[in-house]
Amino acid sequence: MTKVLAVASGGGHWEQLMLLRIALDQFDTRYATTEKGFAEQHGLEKAHILPDCNQNRPFRSLQCLIVALLLIIKLRPDVVVSTGAAPGFFCIFAGKLIGSRTLWIDSIANAEQLSMCGRLATRIADKCLTQWEHLASDPSPDFAGALL
Amino acid sequence: MILVTVGMQLGFDRLIKAMDRIALDQPEPIIAQIGPGEYWPKNIEARRSISGAEFEQTIADAKLIVAHAGIGTIMAAQRHQIPIVLLPRRAKLGEHRNDHQLATVDQLQDRNGVFVAHSEENLAQVIAAGLACNIGHDARPANASKLNAAVASFINSAKT
Repeated sequence: MTKVLAVASGGGHWEQLMLLRIALDQFDTRYATTEKGFAEQHGLEKAHILPDCNQNRPFRSLQCLIVALLLIIKLRPDVVVSTGAAPGFFCIFAGKLIGSRTLWIDSIANAEQLSMCGRLATRIADKCLTQWEHLASDPSPDFAGALL
Repeated sequence: MILVTVGMQLGFDRLIKAMDRIALDQPEPIIAQIGPGEYWPKNIEARRSISGAEFEQTIADAKLIVAHAGIGTIMAAQRHQIPIVLLPRRAKLGEHRNDHQLATVDQLQDRNGVFVAHSEENLAQVIAAGLACNIGHDARPANASKLNAAVASFINSAKT
């Protein structure tokens, strides 16, 4: 069965990932987020934890990248899916290094332009989706529906 | 019960102060999750954070949610089919890095169960409208199943 790692930071990113469980739970999917409570909120007993980080916190970001790399090496997922933010992007980046197929879904919060990680993901991920039709462009990102 | 929530990342004193001012006129008790805000309300039960399963239960028990226009909060409200009143954070008031919450409310204001207060001045009015609303049981948007199908098809196309 296809091994999937699905990653999202807490809050809106995680809410969106949880709405994708209809698809994700058809596979051998492991979840990762930034705090144990978020997983509990949705009745997930097991989730891997990544340190939260953003572009203003370089040291935490480096720490998160290392944890992401170790997690990817341990799980060796066939596919990495993320709805953001930076910790999810690091998992996609790490996934690319070991040959996972990677999917970035930009948060629905980004209605005016893609997030910074989303813009990077258009180059790094195998597929990048926006949830706003007016932000879709050729070749990437694509629009394939939205969660709200 | 009315649940006021501002998320965990940033305080939102403008909302908490406004709710504190109108709290005694409300027909429902109010619980506020105020995050790292500086203002501690006098007329409302306040907590910095309510986490995990307890937060989920509090949302489920709420008659109305009053919040910043954070996507996570909006999605949780819609998941439980609880009406939500949104006061967007403003960058010029130092409430967020940019004005993406204004864009969010522009996109979502016509949605069933979503009420937008464009300033704290008309919050009481918008709350009254929110409390009066019957959100019904509208199905999850068709778009969500479309995106789920796209994700499943992407995963299926990956060779194992």
